[in-house]
Amino acid sequence: MNVIVEREKGLLELERRIEELRAATTSQSVDMSSDIRALEEKYAQIQHEIFSSMSPWQKVHMARHPNRPTTLDYLAQFARFDELHGDRHFRDDPSIVGGFALLGTRSVMAIGEQRGRDTKENLRRNFGMPSPEGYRKVRRLAHLASRLGLPIVTFVDTKGADPGIASEEHAQSEAIASCLYEFTQARVPVVAVVIGEGGSGGALALSIADRLIMLEHSYYSVATPEGCAAILWSDAGKAEEAAARLKLTAQDLQGFGIVDEIVPEPLGGAHRDAAGSVARVLGSVESSLRQLSALPTAELLEARYRKYRRIGAWHAERLEAIGDNL
Amino acid sequence: MPTPEWLRRRRSKNQNDGAALWTRCVKCAEVLYRPDLAANLWVCTKCGYHFRMNAFDRISTIVDNDFVEIGNEVQSGDPLEWVDKKSYPAKLAADRENSQLGEGVVCGCGTLTGRDVALGVMDFHFRGGTMGTVVGERITMLLEEARKRRIPCIIFTASGGARMEEGMLALMQMAKTTAAVARFMDDGNLFVTVLTDPTSGGVSASFAFQSDVIVAEPKAMIGFAGRRVIEQTIRQKLPDQFQTAEFLLEKGHVDMVVDRHDLKAALGRILEYAAAEPVAAGSDR
Ligand SMILES: [Zn+2]
Repeated sequence: MNVIVEREKGLLELERRIEELRAATTSQSVDMSSDIRALEEKYAQIQHEIFSSMSPWQKVHMARHPNRPTTLDYLAQFARFDELHGDRHFRDDPSIVGGFALLGTRSVMAIGEQRGRDTKENLRRNFGMPSPEGYRKVRRLAHLASRLGLPIVTFVDTKGADPGIASEEHAQSEAIASCLYEFTQARVPVVAVVIGEGGSGGALALSIADRLIMLEHSYYSVATPEGCAAILWSDAGKAEEAAARLKLTAQDLQGFGIVDEIVPEPLGGAHRDAAGSVARVLGSVESSLRQLSALPTAELLEARYRKYRRIGAWHAERLEAIGDNL
Repeated sequence: MPTPEWLRRRRSKNQNDGAALWTRCVKCAEVLYRPDLAANLWVCTKCGYHFRMNAFDRISTIVDNDFVEIGNEVQSGDPLEWVDKKSYPAKLAADRENSQLGEGVVCGCGTLTGRDVALGVMDFHFRGGTMGTVVGERITMLLEEARKRRIPCIIFTASGGARMEEGMLALMQMAKTTAAVARFMDDGNLFVTVLTDPTSGGVSASFAFQSDVIVAEPKAMIGFAGRRVIEQTIRQKLPDQFQTAEFLLEKGHVDMVVDRHDLKAALGRILEYAAAEPVAAGSDR
């Protein structure tokens, strides 16, 4: 059960009642304005209580909200998108969507992880958990973009790579490892956006980038809180505790220097104004691409190497040593 | 040349102090005399099970004689200030005590059948071989050194994946090591990985499977997702051979499965081929 969906229920009920009163005011010409005002104040107060300071666990649930904009919602607001399919070896994985796109007037390669927006679509898209075929499609499209000189824009939204028998038989490790390799070497600007869930290596495969953007209430973690709790304590029920310890919010990760930019969401989450949220993200992506495209390729690759080279070398003396060695 | 004294001293306690002279094979339950087991490269004398090796035991079976460590000075911290039943620094201290290692990988340079080689050896006895910032940093330093010296690099993997207690900083080591691997390989250098029991998660999905030649030890469990996770997901028991080195060989994921007794010679031949020098007729080392 999604804790955000639960907490929203009272608010949605209030919204409905305010609407009813407004309708009554117009149709029956009775003055309900003071009742409406009272309800609106109550609404604003509850909304503030729920959303102005969210715990990491609540943010995880916001990231998983069934109405939260998905990769396809972002692609729909590009000026144009032509999907490319398949890994050229075995099949087309529907949990990855990618292809040529126009962002404003700029040609780019857009690639994202796609979860379903209802149960039926979730089954088809494997809940947004890519198989090796999906990662091989990502690698193919990234390689194509690098060869053609098209910047790469990725959308990250997955609990993680698919952990099934077929995925192991088809070398999930190698598929992800090859993706990572491709993105470290891509000779074009790469901008990655974590729009919902950033779960483990399955998310990293699409997010080695010159600029990593996160939505305010998305999360990015070494493992899902459930996965972490299962690994460390053999108890997925302790996921809320894991979420608190993992430092997985966009705000925590900006503090570690892993995230470059946080895009704010409307009060109540990105789904409360989907079109506006998507537009804000795409605006950030465009300005990042403008800056990155000004860099010569060699400088871009050097900066990308240094960016990752520094992560985790958090002792001050180590940082200096790395600076000298490069 | 014999193994130098410092390397002999750093091998596992079992060989040195005689405290526990007997051990039981985890596969066939045979009771084994430890000095015999050590002399047999930690391979069960009855069933051939390959025990998980201590990093310095491994190094002494691979290098010709001396071994110069790289990155030993890089030590763990506690970036997330992690506490569960114990604090993360307390867990690290306990593993340092038990494994006699500073962290989960030992890196350095030596020679193998006379050729210079950069060698990294992960050790499952330290935090399950998990990759945190120190493991990622040491492996990156090793690859950068090998690139600078234009020598081949061999990494023995043994890992449960990324280290949870370092959170995203641990996950990012997959990106960091990959970037170092890519620079090293793009310069035309040879990269070999030897996958030992177990190799999974963030290590298998990064440098373990990015090499030119992938060797695996017999019966080693190798995969992306852990066996338990898969069984919980599909709600059924997996066949015994699933994710073994032999299974991966059949599926085409690894180049060869090599018994520990033949490993050094096999690696020596790979280095020799890659050096592309004339090979004397009839020579197979
Ligand atoms: Zn045995």
